[in-house]
Amino acid sequence: MANEKMHVLVCGGTGCLSAEGEEIITNLKSQIAEAGLDTEVAVLKTGCFGFCEKGPIVKILPDNTFYVRVTPEDTEEIVKEHLIKGRKVERLLYVDPDKNEAISDSKKMDFYKKQMRIALRNCGFIDPANIDEYIARDGYMALGKAVTDMTPDTVIQEVKDSGLRGRGGGGFPTGLKWQFAKSYDADQKYVICNADEGDPGAFMDRSILEGDPHSVIEAMAICGYAIGATIGRVYIRAEYPLAIKRLQYAIDEARNYGLLGEDILGSGFEFDIELTLGAGAFVCGEETALIHSMEGKRGEPTTKPPFPAESGYWGKPTNVNNVETFANIPVILLKGADWFSSIGTEKSTGTKVFALAGKINNVGLIEVPMGTTLREVIYDIGGGIKDGKKFKAVQTGGPSGGCLTEKDLDTPIDFDNLIAKGSMMGSGGMIVVDEESCMPAMAKFYLEFTEEESCGKCTPCRIGTKRLSELLELVCNGKAEMRHLDELKRLSRVIKDTSLCGLGQTAPNPILSTMEAFWDEYIAHVKDKTCPAGECSNLIKYVINDNCIGCTVCAKVCPVECIEGERKQMHLIDQDECIKCGACYEKCKFEAIDKK
Amino acid sequence: MAKIKSLDELMKIRANVQNKVDLREKGENIDSLIQVHVAMATCGIAAGAREIMDFIIQDSHKEGIDNVVVTQTGCMGYCYAEPTIQVTLPGKDPVVFGEVTQEKAKKIIEKYMKNGELVDGIIPVTHKTVE
Ligand SMILES: Cc1cc2nc3c(=O)[nH]c(=O)nc-3n(C[C@H](O)[C@H](O)[C@H](O)COP(=O)(O)O)c2cc1C
Repeated sequence: MANEKMHVLVCGGTGCLSAEGEEIITNLKSQIAEAGLDTEVAVLKTGCFGFCEKGPIVKILPDNTFYVRVTPEDTEEIVKEHLIKGRKVERLLYVDPDKNEAISDSKKMDFYKKQMRIALRNCGFIDPANIDEYIARDGYMALGKAVTDMTPDTVIQEVKDSGLRGRGGGGFPTGLKWQFAKSYDADQKYVICNADEGDPGAFMDRSILEGDPHSVIEAMAICGYAIGATIGRVYIRAEYPLAIKRLQYAIDEARNYGLLGEDILGSGFEFDIELTLGAGAFVCGEETALIHSMEGKRGEPTTKPPFPAESGYWGKPTNVNNVETFANIPVILLKGADWFSSIGTEKSTGTKVFALAGKINNVGLIEVPMGTTLREVIYDIGGGIKDGKKFKAVQTGGPSGGCLTEKDLDTPIDFDNLIAKGSMMGSGGMIVVDEESCMPAMAKFYLEFTEEESCGKCTPCRIGTKRLSELLELVCNGKAEMRHLDELKRLSRVIKDTSLCGLGQTAPNPILSTMEAFWDEYIAHVKDKTCPAGECSNLIKYVINDNCIGCTVCAKVCPVECIEGERKQMHLIDQDECIKCGACYEKCKFEAIDKK
Repeated sequence: MAKIKSLDELMKIRANVQNKVDLREKGENIDSLIQVHVAMATCGIAAGAREIMDFIIQDSHKEGIDNVVVTQTGCMGYCYAEPTIQVTLPGKDPVVFGEVTQEKAKKIIEKYMKNGELVDGIIPVTHKTVE
């Protein structure tokens, strides 16, 4: 170890691994050995670096060189040039799109400059399959401190003072929740980690579990100590095989070290964790449905109260927290509540992890202090909108949230501000849409999702979401009338007020918020039978104009052969046959096809 | 694996495994550390740069200078004076030393890196690197 001069970190998150990350690692290892450098250079598979847009990523330390879009064929050059001769492979460096300059040090990249990593502190930094690396980063020190130097009450007080609020969507104060769970006497209590993560486009929790599983294990044990529970359960969706594997491995390692099990660190405190695999239903992320699913019952919610803190898993006091919430806990105990609460805004302390997706240049996983503005996230970190298009809206809170527009860009992001603006924090999905995205169509996408995911237990949600998506279907097909818009609004309110759980109560939000911000667009669909963004295929028409020189390219690409015309003569599209795929529009070099 | 039986034992283990991530943590805080770049192109390696690099890592450690991070770079263009090293004290401009032998490296560590005193053999900086 002492001889090591360089560490080569390769992203081992699901995204990069699916892009040949494994081969990159194998190549690097064998080429480094061939060069006789295997005692000097270590290759490590880490968690996600976050900059998924540019993956697979290979980072070299200590010089912080950040190679992007690396392929298995590139490894030889990295070894020969960088590792042996110390020359950076410039063609693999990230190029700043504004300045058109290569940047080598990741800390100087706009994507990372405004980030602050607490929950992701070890992601992309340590080998998640090596408990020693976690310990070297002060891992399990917080648990050690809690069980040796703190009482359950002082642990809870510290968490309360930190101001930490649940990162799973609701934003409920974590310390208070722990206090409730502690206050009930029972022969058995449980700590549950919610790793169901069902929002489309979200992968914050997956990345934490893949990149730093011990942080969650440690935090669950701390929670167990605080509330008086000896059993922990992680409810994780079966579609996350890599996260499951790493988490299980980490649990085994922790057991071997005696950091889980009986008499932890000689304190007499006992705690152990098992996994429960969920079959990936969105509603099972709701805590009561989750608990029922864990008990082997149908994944359906029940009314609260009683809250799980009073009567949860098998009717016993149960504390449910989200993965990211837990990941913050060890740092809070080690660095103190004051430190944590000095970050972020007054009522939303700390940081938040977001999964940036959609029409944005830098798709990826980011963590910023609460209070960072949407503009900073979208433009500075996210690098702005793809292909130089115009920003239209950003959906936060997934299917339960709403859209925020240009006028909201300077809003500091925190729990309360987002609600005031008609959206919500949610678990951290952030989907950016550009001028070519149709808002009624986006609402339809989310409603189809909630309709599909509704468990069917309560009528407003089961039937209501179906009716809502049917109405939106009419809108997007140009078959709706004004009364249908009224009906959408009325029904949305009823569903919000009468649904049993959060799924139904929030399902209409995407409709209400897009109606609020983009009412004109709904009107255009209903009255003018047009889709201003040009996305609803039933409402657009491709028409050839006078620019046509008869080059025949459009006729050749048309998959249904509905474009006719002689060579060097103006062509014509048969509107009845056209399937509006847009292939001709994209191929035409003469701007001779209009999209109307 | 033996079980860890107390917080003290855990702290001992941490001390033992610290070096696993040390190099990476240094990389994270590189701007507040003394950075030593050793030119490692063919000419540098032929002139003994690899040995000098090892020496600097070990000797600075022996001298108790922990805030130093040693990396290799490509040819800095001073082939006439290999091995060359570039030392950057935090917040200062980089200084390049040429024809670095072990004795000279020792001097650089003891005088320049420890106390900021300049020593002989400085080459005017003419090269540029990608940041
Ligand atoms: C439909 C629905 C889906 C949910 N999905 C998740 C989820 O995937 N992950 C999660 O942590 N919380 C989810 N929640 C919130 C949980 O019910 C619960 O509030 C949360 O796990 C509590 O943890 P926290 O306080 O740490 O945020 C969902 C809620 C609803 C209504």
